[in-house]
Amino acid sequence: MFAFIVRRIAQAVLVMLVISVIGFAIKSAVGDPVRDLVGIAVSVEERMALREELGLNDPLPVQWVRFVTNAVQGDLGHSYFFKKPALEVILKKAPATIELVLCSSLIIVLFSIPIGIFAAVKPNNFFSRLFMSLSIVGVSIPVFLTAIILIYIFAVELHWLPSYGRGDTVRIWGFWDTGLLTWDGLKHLVLPSISLSSIMLPLFIRLIRAEMKEVLETDYIKFAKAKGLKLSRIYLLHAFKNTLLPVITVGGVQLGTMIAFTVLTETVFQWQGMGFIFLEAVERSDTSLLVAYLVVVGFIFVLVNTVVDVIYGLVNPTVRITGRK
Amino acid sequence: MDTLLSVENLTVKFRLRQGDLTAVDNVSFTLGRGERLGLVGESGAGKSVTGFSLINLISKPGFIDSGSIRFEDIEITRLSDTAMRKVRGEKISMIFQDPMMTLNPVLTIGTQMIETLRAHVGCSRRQAEAIALENIRKVHIPSPEKRLKQYPHEMSGGMRQRIVIAIALMASPGLIIADEPTTALDVTIQAEIMDLLLELCATEGVGLILITHDLAVVSQVTQRIAVMYAGRIVETGDTQQIVHRPKHPYTQGLLAALPQHSNRQNRLNQIPGVMPSLIKIPPGCSFHERCDLCQDLCREQIPQLNEKSSGAHVACHLAE
Ligand SMILES: Nc1ncnc2c1ncn2[C@@H]1O[C@H](COP(=O)(O)OP(=O)(O)OP(=O)(O)O)[C@@H](O)[C@H]1O
Ligand SMILES: [Mg+2]
Repeated sequence: MFAFIVRRIAQAVLVMLVISVIGFAIKSAVGDPVRDLVGIAVSVEERMALREELGLNDPLPVQWVRFVTNAVQGDLGHSYFFKKPALEVILKKAPATIELVLCSSLIIVLFSIPIGIFAAVKPNNFFSRLFMSLSIVGVSIPVFLTAIILIYIFAVELHWLPSYGRGDTVRIWGFWDTGLLTWDGLKHLVLPSISLSSIMLPLFIRLIRAEMKEVLETDYIKFAKAKGLKLSRIYLLHAFKNTLLPVITVGGVQLGTMIAFTVLTETVFQWQGMGFIFLEAVERSDTSLLVAYLVVVGFIFVLVNTVVDVIYGLVNPTVRITGRK
Repeated sequence: MDTLLSVENLTVKFRLRQGDLTAVDNVSFTLGRGERLGLVGESGAGKSVTGFSLINLISKPGFIDSGSIRFEDIEITRLSDTAMRKVRGEKISMIFQDPMMTLNPVLTIGTQMIETLRAHVGCSRRQAEAIALENIRKVHIPSPEKRLKQYPHEMSGGMRQRIVIAIALMASPGLIIADEPTTALDVTIQAEIMDLLLELCATEGVGLILITHDLAVVSQVTQRIAVMYAGRIVETGDTQQIVHRPKHPYTQGLLAALPQHSNRQNRLNQIPGVMPSLIKIPPGCSFHERCDLCQDLCREQIPQLNEKSSGAHVACHLAE
């Protein structure tokens, strides 16, 4: 298991290096660090001097090594618009996005597992058919449309829920602004997290159902029945634990995709998170901020996938054995 | 010998789009307490379906159409789901063909053994674990304590089948149905597993229904044989009687196909032709199309199982 974890971490580092190359490429192609630092009202000679001083005339590989070294130390450049270190700007917005993704994931887990299992166990039941039809409709509606429909119904027509912003937040641990601890914050979270989960939820219901159905056909499930076990134990332990493996794998990847969808969701709901800032950075050609976003999101993505793989190893005994070698 | 199991006129069908498939057709047999019966016949004869119907676990779209299955004083065909669950694993256990597929890959051997007992008997984990250890010893696997924590993939096929046997014995059933328990195993291990099964059934006084193609194995392990062909039992009786003096042309053909009976030029005397489709069984004797002795009567009338001079019951118009 230890060797397995080490190998996964090595892979993660490799992926981060690739991300750094992409980030660096964007930065050196379209970015202008001199402008980021001093703005545009500076003479050409001064600019040239500053370029030399910043090492912008060095060979690209040297610049890249410097970029990575700085990045590892938490320096991802300076935001032109905010006049602050880019990483600081991003991290300040991270809690909003993370809480949104967490809430959506929670919705996905809480609904996809029971519905998926039910639909696999009772495929001909009326509700199974209903959920399956709804899930097809669900995947085919774009997130922004779902968001707008939800806003129209619950905010505009019914006035039950707010349609934009995070509401009241509370600062915890000295740096984390959370909306999870106030009633107002929670209310603001409802519509955005439903919208964000609207693509993944149907996908996961279908995935769990398909995997579960396959598992239910296996000999070991028939054997479990022949042993006289209770159906609840057969479904929830014997079958579901085997269903979980492929679901975890796909889940890790989809979580990353969800971060991409936060850009859309946050924009529609004016949710002041990383995705919202990212889109603003694109509009303002704030290259450093944009690259910082890519690196931070890439890092989260890699981190999540590594953790998911380790969890997979814990659930799947065969992986543990290969890791032991 | 008092009767443990008595099956009467059992008919099992599969409802398919092309029509009903009769996998088991009017089958009757009995089994005494602690007795071992071999169920033989070629592929598709309905052996497995017969076995599964005894614990009412026929896969969809199969169903018991008619007949009675009486185990001790329970009528299996009329049990509720809950009552049926109490029979499975507690009174009748099953051993499957492929031990690589029978055990759940993500649960430990210990979990899979203990749950079998605890599904039926109110006992603590500790007590169940003690019985699990005892059963692992019974199937001659070394260091039982270690095995409880292992996963199936850490064991060889032979080991796993031993574990499956140990699981089958967990709740001390009266009957074990073993559906080709050695077919998927290495030839060198087949005999070991068969000996083990025989030894345990004998010492524990457990009845055994051994489903197999292999007449040689059956003759070593069982006291009685039922030969199935196209869903029907065509000959049944004392194992030695049938192996040495088969009366039904099909049984004779099966025995002639055994390697030791075949001559050099024609190593395997296979019975010519194929078994008829079970959706459309021909009228009369289901074997008549492949039978050298076939007469008009055979094409018209289904032969009934009757006691013949050898003492075996044979379903053939011509056997005497
Ligand atoms: N799930 C099913 N759906 C449709 N038909 C089935 C199903 N299971 C079995 N049958 C049919 O029932 C008949 C008997 O099958 P069974 O599995 O009992 O044969 P068998 O004697 O055990 O053969 P084998 O030696 O190959 O295991 C076969 O003709 C098969 O086509
Ligand atoms: Mg079979």
